[in-house]
Amino acid sequence: MAKPQIALYWAASCGGCEIAALDIGERVLDLIAAADIVFWPAAMDVKYADLEAMPEQSIDVCLFNGAIRTSENEHLAKLLRAKSKIMVAFGSCATEGGIPALANLTTREAIMRNAYQATPTTDNPEGLRPQMEHAVLDGHTLTLPEFHESVRALHQIVRVDYSVPGCAPVGDRVWEAVATILSGDLPAPGSVLGAAQKTVCDECDHKRNEKRIRKFYRPHEIETDPTLCLLEQGVICMGPATRAGCGAACLRVNMPCRGCYGPPPGVVDQGAHILSAVGSIIDSQDPQEIEEIMAGIPDPAGTFYRFSMSNSLLFRVRER
Amino acid sequence: MERIVIDPITRLEGHGKISIFLDDKGEVADAYFQVPELRGFETFCEGRPVEELPRIMTRICGVCPEAHHMASAKAVDAVFHVEPTPTGKQLRELMYSAFFASDHATHFYILAGADFLVGPDAPVAKRNIFGLIDKVGEEIGRRVIRHRMECAEAIALIAGRQVHPVCALPGGVSKPLSEQERDRLEQIARDAVKFGELSLQLFGDLVLTNPAYKDLILSPTYAQQTYYMGTVDEHNQVNFYDGDIRVVDPAGKQFARFRPSEYTDYLAERVEPWTYLKFPYLKGVGWKGFIPGPESGVYQATPLSRLNAADGMATPLAQAAYENMYDTLGGKPVHLTLATHWARLIEMLYAAERMLQLVQDPQITNKDVRVIPSETPDEGVGVVEAPRGTLYHHYQTDSKGIVRKVNLIVGTTNNHAAICMSIKRAAQGLISADKPPTPGVLNMIEMAFRAYDPCLACATHFLPGEMPLDLWVYDAQGKLLYRVTR
Repeated sequence: MAKPQIALYWAASCGGCEIAALDIGERVLDLIAAADIVFWPAAMDVKYADLEAMPEQSIDVCLFNGAIRTSENEHLAKLLRAKSKIMVAFGSCATEGGIPALANLTTREAIMRNAYQATPTTDNPEGLRPQMEHAVLDGHTLTLPEFHESVRALHQIVRVDYSVPGCAPVGDRVWEAVATILSGDLPAPGSVLGAAQKTVCDECDHKRNEKRIRKFYRPHEIETDPTLCLLEQGVICMGPATRAGCGAACLRVNMPCRGCYGPPPGVVDQGAHILSAVGSIIDSQDPQEIEEIMAGIPDPAGTFYRFSMSNSLLFRVRER
Repeated sequence: MERIVIDPITRLEGHGKISIFLDDKGEVADAYFQVPELRGFETFCEGRPVEELPRIMTRICGVCPEAHHMASAKAVDAVFHVEPTPTGKQLRELMYSAFFASDHATHFYILAGADFLVGPDAPVAKRNIFGLIDKVGEEIGRRVIRHRMECAEAIALIAGRQVHPVCALPGGVSKPLSEQERDRLEQIARDAVKFGELSLQLFGDLVLTNPAYKDLILSPTYAQQTYYMGTVDEHNQVNFYDGDIRVVDPAGKQFARFRPSEYTDYLAERVEPWTYLKFPYLKGVGWKGFIPGPESGVYQATPLSRLNAADGMATPLAQAAYENMYDTLGGKPVHLTLATHWARLIEMLYAAERMLQLVQDPQITNKDVRVIPSETPDEGVGVVEAPRGTLYHHYQTDSKGIVRKVNLIVGTTNNHAAICMSIKRAAQGLISADKPPTPGVLNMIEMAFRAYDPCLACATHFLPGEMPLDLWVYDAQGKLLYRVTR
């Protein structure tokens, strides 16, 4: 039997997912033994033209990481969808927007103005900005992809068969997901792979009591007890609203979870979910006092939706 | 006029496109390196609590998240006017040294190594880690994998995770080191020093004794005379974590030496309409276009630049290697772009030696790893040397520590103008009417680029391609994990 054909691609991302793929370590060798990697621009001498020349549906599995920020990201998403039998959203950005989707809390114009005019080291008296088309030499044009107004997750552009959450996905979990897909015994479409059915709290060593809190602390403001639940000590931790899979890695060094594995099964809006968890531990019944306690959380949108803005019911800020 | 496009440039971190324009005679008229990507970190970090930035900025780059974590942590220290405890600072630098030792190895062995040790015009299927193992032997291939895994383990011990570390808080780090962890780190550091020495020896044996490769390094096609930037300690020795930024001119004379907080007095960034990435240059010289020499504000911040900008290395083995390189290449500064690979190996040895020094310091296991800030936050700059260049993070906040403004000058960006110039120069040297471009020549043009920006590399270079292979893979304890035969 012919080996399965695999493609890997990165859109608006940091490259950490590619490193995560390397974190499967020597098992990369097993992967190579079991499958042919036919397109991986981060690593192989292949070009876009090679991909365009491939027949439709000729790639068995595409692992797509990164969010959709530019017209190039969108074009490649559509092209790879057409060439691939199975499309996998790999990592937080492809799955739910990730850190780049925090840009949905601002505007394209603000990003452009800042980057090319406002920052203290920018020297741009003519007010130049990158152009989608720019003429150079005689008659030649250099083109740049368009920068979209909003950041989208992959499933908001093309049909996605499976997703592998995490920023970045943990190596062992990546291997599980890849092995599942390569086994041919495919789970139901839409399944989340490389993660568990519980929450980060179920993987966390910090002991939970029934303690209730009257004040929130920012992580740098308090010396926490490293054996106890951070949320119960007043530090916002996304653990209760986050799918398990990472082994509570951040908590192992006493840092609170920021939710990169996305919402647990059955939950669509991760931010709304943590909000109800946080609400339930506040030790007050008085609406005004509750409001004051909640004011101790300085950036609810950017904290509760740190990785999931594209998938949230908010999606983006609206111009008024 | 004919247009050649290399799109995307493979084996590099990030997205990029090279366009080379030939004139009617088949000579290179111009070459452009475009970065078609922008994510807007400077803007979407506005409104975030500043202490969260070390955990957000890591996502600028998944290859060097440790660098952004550290520069961000130092900027946040400055915003809160807090100095980390001595142990907190040491733990940060220890983690950072492990990262440098790993990152430089990854780049040399997997990315550039294939170009160099296998040969720049070798068939595509050979220009990867397997081709490299064929050449240098399976033993060394196994050693590379082990080194990378051990450094990753060291990073995760301190920082929680290897991709996107989380340990830094204003005033220090989140967790002290146990005695048991320290012992393991010392073992890793000792191995890393040995690996650093081995790598330099290999470079000497395989590259420097091969006249064809040596000619390639010395070729004017890959030379570029510019200013050089790097961070130095109080003795003007290379330091990755802390110090002053020093700039030398193309003759090697000190042009500037400044504190991180003064960077806006020395640097400015030019905007071009054909790329999303800006072009930093030295304010004191000015932007004169994409040209080299003392009249042009173009500078480089690479491993070679750091060595050029410093007076030496702070550890003995690296210092000996430093002296050897400059003796061999005819003194300071060295302008040969491909010598960057040699400089990278010297830095790798330094990082390993520094790791060992830090882990052997008696106070490294002190429990006092953090100071809780007490002053009103306002503004701060944090600078570290990233593997790919000097990294600047600059934040302004309101009195509650909510971010108002962010400015970033990122490692590779420092070298953006020099990269464009190197590509054009290489294209001009390699393509002409009687030497039309072949795949090997295009790869040699990409080599001009790769010398600056290490890529992902490592196991990503385990590519398909059916070369004979019998690879044994062991874990850190020497246990055979896998044997792959083809």
